[in-house]
Amino acid sequence: MSGRMLAGGEFVCESLQAEGVDLVFGVPGGAILPLYDHILKYPSIHHVLTRHEQGAAHAADGYARATGKVGVCIATSGPGAINLAVGLGTSFMDSTPIVAITGQVTRPAIGKDAFQETDVTGVTIPVTKHNYLVLSATDIPRVMKEAFHIARSARPGPVLVDLPRDVLQEIDEFTGYPETVDDLPGFRPITHPDPIQVEAAAELINSAKRPVILAGRGVLVAQAEKELQELAEKAQIPVIPTLLGIGSFPGNHYLYLSLMGMHGSAFANLVVDECDLLVNVGSRFDDRIIGRVADFAPNAKIVHLNIDRSAIHQNVFADAPVIGDAKNSLKALLPQVDKQTRTEWLSRVDDLRREHPLVVRDFDGKPSTQYVIKRIHELTNGKAFIVTGVGQHQMWAAQHYVTDRPNSFITSGGLGTMGYEVPAAMGAQMGMPDEQVWSICGDAGFQMTLQELATIRDEKAPVKFAIMNNFHHGMVRQWQTLFYDKRYSQIDTTGPDFVKLAEAYGMLGIRVEDVKDVDSAIKRAQDHDGPVIVDFLVEIDELVYPMIPAGQSVNEMVEDPWTQQQPLGTVAR
Amino acid sequence: MTMRRVISALVHDRPGVLNRVASMFRRRGFNIASLTVGHSEKPEFSRMTIVVDNVPESALWQVTSQLWNVVDVVEVMDITDEDYVARETALIKVRANQENRGHIVEILDLFRGAEVVSVSPSTVILEITGPTEQVESLLALLEPYGILELMRTGLVALTKDEEVPQDGEFRGPALVGAPSQRR
Ligand SMILES: Cc1ncc(C[n+]2csc(CCOP(=O)(O)OP(=O)(O)O)c2C)c(N)n1
Repeated sequence: MSGRMLAGGEFVCESLQAEGVDLVFGVPGGAILPLYDHILKYPSIHHVLTRHEQGAAHAADGYARATGKVGVCIATSGPGAINLAVGLGTSFMDSTPIVAITGQVTRPAIGKDAFQETDVTGVTIPVTKHNYLVLSATDIPRVMKEAFHIARSARPGPVLVDLPRDVLQEIDEFTGYPETVDDLPGFRPITHPDPIQVEAAAELINSAKRPVILAGRGVLVAQAEKELQELAEKAQIPVIPTLLGIGSFPGNHYLYLSLMGMHGSAFANLVVDECDLLVNVGSRFDDRIIGRVADFAPNAKIVHLNIDRSAIHQNVFADAPVIGDAKNSLKALLPQVDKQTRTEWLSRVDDLRREHPLVVRDFDGKPSTQYVIKRIHELTNGKAFIVTGVGQHQMWAAQHYVTDRPNSFITSGGLGTMGYEVPAAMGAQMGMPDEQVWSICGDAGFQMTLQELATIRDEKAPVKFAIMNNFHHGMVRQWQTLFYDKRYSQIDTTGPDFVKLAEAYGMLGIRVEDVKDVDSAIKRAQDHDGPVIVDFLVEIDELVYPMIPAGQSVNEMVEDPWTQQQPLGTVAR
Repeated sequence: MTMRRVISALVHDRPGVLNRVASMFRRRGFNIASLTVGHSEKPEFSRMTIVVDNVPESALWQVTSQLWNVVDVVEVMDITDEDYVARETALIKVRANQENRGHIVEILDLFRGAEVVSVSPSTVILEITGPTEQVESLLALLEPYGILELMRTGLVALTKDEEVPQDGEFRGPALVGAPSQRR
């Protein structure tokens, strides 16, 4: 087959086009300039110029999580590429499919400590699923094909493609984008589970008296929500989502429990403490969930469904591991699982739920963060896309923004990257232009990436930013309150006037100082057709409860002292 | 309880692969006792024998499965409990003079695969190829003479299996282990 003579940069654009990529986020620079020159000729690829490469990486991540497609970000060599790194780490920990394209110094200059040279493939080994340094333009289509394939297959993750400037300039014959991945013997995920493993898992489920399901992001990735619900209903097993599994099971379902772990609901933690079988579907047993391993679900056998074999036995030993895609594994399990009624266990679960409710506490005057989140939840009918930062507001959002929409709750779980909330919300909004996207921000996290407000203005992305402004690193303050005798160290994060900031960026800015103005502000933001920043001046002394201190168990769980003082039954869930 | 595991891996013969493998071991806190890499029967692949020390029972499955996740690694086998042959070579420079050189040669004669490869007025260089235990017992016997320099290759191993593994072959330790592994 004879092809067209094209430059390496065009090979990249042709590859992106063939992958159906219509949105990329990036920042140009010397080494990547040949690509930026050619991208002008590809109007189907909309390039969003972020103001920082971290923003490009998080935006691609938010886009990917909201849409389920591969997110693409681009940066130049050296500083540009390393600026992507925190985003890659975020995507790596949370299994988000990303292809990152970076420029590199020319081939002859590699290894000479050239201007803006960094060993980017070396630096990013631990934060990527795989990466490539491409040394010839003709390799580009194959490498791009493999990169997209690896990024989106099995347990998704970021893949980086490093392209020397002279490779981007090299003219060669482009013979088309490969249709299949032909030569990747080292990447053969097991998608269909071994029947022997499935049988062992089904046996444990059938003989369990007090089972519970922990549903993780693997369910969302495999689009196995329906199968999960079928399993839960058939065998009458309550379901606890992980932070990244929110939306994998309908939040209004009678079998739905709330989150568990460090800031999970007390009742979900107590249910796990009492269960005799825990079925983990598509999550890796993060330490914020398990706390002290020895005391985690002490009476339970463990069934662990995961497509990543290295997640098995990593943190918690599995009595019945099932390696495979969540959808295929659940499908294989379903016919072998007995129908059950399980009245006794479910009524015990309901008792725990009633005795240890997850409540929203009100303060006079100043709104509490919990209250604002609850009102956003109610006024959006739980249907908005929620992007959060990291800290107290993140935990409250996870507790109170109950949803039944897959992929609509977007948060940096594994890496806990502050600053994620601004660019990721933009990416989610651009991927889902018809959805209402609310970014629940901490005032500190917001200030880490607020330069992307300019990008958001340029792209007319109508994100609603709700800054939970407590003028502090709230979560750090909480730890210093509880574990450091209130010796507050370096936590004042007072920022600019966020209303004026909004105006400076051509956005609507609203300040809310009184609880009675919360609703009208949310509604005003919803009615405004552009981006909005709502500066909620929230209560500072509010602590996230329940809390299981790091590395401890449910026995050390602290519940909200206020809730416990209320007579039983007077606080609604 | 910790143990020593012998792992055989087929990897792409490409720049950076060693870095990826080593980076994984370092990052996961696995302790490499020796890593040997060289050409395999296939031109595009190299074979590695990796000996990992102090592997706790709870991490047994981790070592092979994490290695298998490295995209440039094509085949992973934990062969510790299989029937396999393993050899290493050591070059040993020992202080030796006219008087005791004869004794050293006598010691060498007790070992298969051992010989003198170089002699100088005050030293000899010995070579031995054999299983690790054999190399170590020779070293113990030479210790009193003064070992000046030592270079060991690390283990190379092949299973005796008549079936040749396929690309993408994965043989981990038993997936469901002893109850003691549980917590
Ligand atoms: C990039 C980064 N730096 C530091 C931290 C540690 N950290 C975790 S929560 C937190 C405070 C967050 O404050 P804010 O964004 O205002 O949210 P709040 O807890 O007040 O709701 C900090 C500093 C982090 N998670 N990420």
